[in-house]
Amino acid sequence: MSRFLIRRVLGALVILLIISAITFGLFYAIPRDPAMMSCGKNCTPDMLAQIRHNLGIDHPVPVQYWYWLKGVFVGRDYAGFGNCNAPCLGYSFANREPVLGTIMDRLPTTLSLAFGAAAVFLVFGVGAGMLAAVKQGKALDKIASSASLFGSSLQIYFVGYIAMFFLVSKLGLFSQPSWTPLTEDPVAWFSGLLLPWLTLAIIFTANYTRMTRSQLVEQLSEDYVRTARAKGLSRANVFFRFAWRGAMGPIVTVFGIDLGTLIGGAIITESVFSLQGIGRLAVDSVSKSDLPMLLGVTVLSAGAIVLFNIIVDAVYAFIDPRIRLA
Amino acid sequence: MTSTDQQPFLSVRDLKVHFSTEDGVVKAVDGLTFDLAKGKTLGIVGESGSGKSVTNLTILGLHDRERTAIDGEILLDGKELLTASERELERLRGNKMSMIFQDALASLSPYHTIGRQIGETYRKHTGASKKEARERAIEMLRRVGIPQPDVRVDDYPHQFSGGMRQRAMIAMALVCDPELLIADEPTTALDVTVQAQIMDLLKDLQQEFGTAIIFITHDLGVIADIADDVLVMYGGRCVERGTKKEVLRAPQHPYTWGLLGSMPSLDGPVDVPLSPIPGSPPSLLNPPSGCRFHPRCTFAEKVADGRCSSERPLLEVTDGRGAACHLTADQRRDFFADYAATRSH
Repeated sequence: MSRFLIRRVLGALVILLIISAITFGLFYAIPRDPAMMSCGKNCTPDMLAQIRHNLGIDHPVPVQYWYWLKGVFVGRDYAGFGNCNAPCLGYSFANREPVLGTIMDRLPTTLSLAFGAAAVFLVFGVGAGMLAAVKQGKALDKIASSASLFGSSLQIYFVGYIAMFFLVSKLGLFSQPSWTPLTEDPVAWFSGLLLPWLTLAIIFTANYTRMTRSQLVEQLSEDYVRTARAKGLSRANVFFRFAWRGAMGPIVTVFGIDLGTLIGGAIITESVFSLQGIGRLAVDSVSKSDLPMLLGVTVLSAGAIVLFNIIVDAVYAFIDPRIRLA
Repeated sequence: MTSTDQQPFLSVRDLKVHFSTEDGVVKAVDGLTFDLAKGKTLGIVGESGSGKSVTNLTILGLHDRERTAIDGEILLDGKELLTASERELERLRGNKMSMIFQDALASLSPYHTIGRQIGETYRKHTGASKKEARERAIEMLRRVGIPQPDVRVDDYPHQFSGGMRQRAMIAMALVCDPELLIADEPTTALDVTVQAQIMDLLKDLQQEFGTAIIFITHDLGVIADIADDVLVMYGGRCVERGTKKEVLRAPQHPYTWGLLGSMPSLDGPVDVPLSPIPGSPPSLLNPPSGCRFHPRCTFAEKVADGRCSSERPLLEVTDGRGAACHLTADQRRDFFADYAATRSH
């Protein structure tokens, strides 16, 4: 297990290194000068040079990348802003705030949105899938199957605005989506996020319903499930301890990927519901040519996906004893 | 209830198992009757799709109840199984009657240890504690000849060899000392030496516990080794039955002749080619009329008026011996003598 973890964490670091280098390269492939944007209308070449120096972009691109990388591990001194302790992701070009601080401010919103929605779609998706598998071929199965087909063809920018219009503005069933820290007011936190959770969950639930159903239907026809019945075990026992155990693997895999992606920011959802999370931060940093912020968000998103992949593999080995971690 | 001399331990009467599929009704078993006494072994032989396995899954009640129409009677120790509730069947399964499946790797759960899988059957039926169940599992593994059972009990099936898995499967089936054991091709996937060991094991266990065994196979060599009585199935029906000696030495049905002819003989000349039965097993969706074997039978033309294709031959059984064929007894004797003669030249 520890060998597995060491190997995977080292691998993850290499991946993050490559991703940050690519982001760096791609950013400068766009012919846009971040210093120009800060300089304003009455810009002189001297001012521009000064700003470039202050932002730390007056070096060749590889050298800049090296400074950035060094900053992450040992911290960095900025001419214009002073010292930045490790892990230093730099200062935003746009508002001169430390990148790490801004990300940490935004992260609770995105984490709340991601885990809340995940709880909803996991419970409803897997639950509906189980029911459909038990009632195979019956009316309930057909309803669940067609509902999931319908659900999976919906889009958040459609459902989101419709829900906002009818459920919030017209009927007032939900409160206006907003962000309140959980520690400040749990009730406001919950009611402010309820609609975004449900909307985001609709899109995902369908996928989990179909996947759970098909996995279970397949497992239920396996020989070992029949053997368990032949031993005299009850239908419910066989369903949960045997068939569900076998069906879990692929669901856990997809769940890990989904969760990683959501923590990288549900860009459309956050925009639709005006939530200031990581997704919004990513979009803004692109439009403002804010390289340090963009790098920070990219590394965070990639890191979340890599992390959840490691967790999935570990969980997989826990579910299926045939898989050995090495 | 206890069985008496009049009432056999297991009695199957005119069993019909029909599945409804999208293409129509599949007559997997179509009127099957047999008895089995305690301590005896019945060998059921037939090609794939002859209804062997379906019959036995139906005895355990493991068929898909919603898509299956069943008719007839299955009496186990005087108890009617076809009308029994799911809970009653759950109490019997793994306890009074149990089954060994063909593919032990696929049939054992990959997610649980061998000891747990054996032990949970025991716990379910005896209410034993986890510790007692584990002790029992170790004892069963020792009995079926697994070395170091107290260590191997915590292994998963994938850590066992093929032969050991089949032994573990047998240990699991026998953990509650069942009175009826159904073995569905338990040795087909194993090599010959392991196969012989497993057969010996089953025979020993039968002697020890007086278990009635139904042994399903398509291997007549295995039948010759283990069975007391033999039932030959074709297209969901019994075409011939009798004692092992009767069926193997003096078979009465052309299909049985064909089965024997497609098997190499050790004491005959080695240059005699095998003679496989021409054609392929019948579709049970659209079974042939009359005798289901008639399209493949080389003797069908010897029967007058084309009765083989129009009239179902009845299985007339006297003293447990019978064959369902329109040929007369004399014809059968002569034809088989001719057939046997061609095989030994």
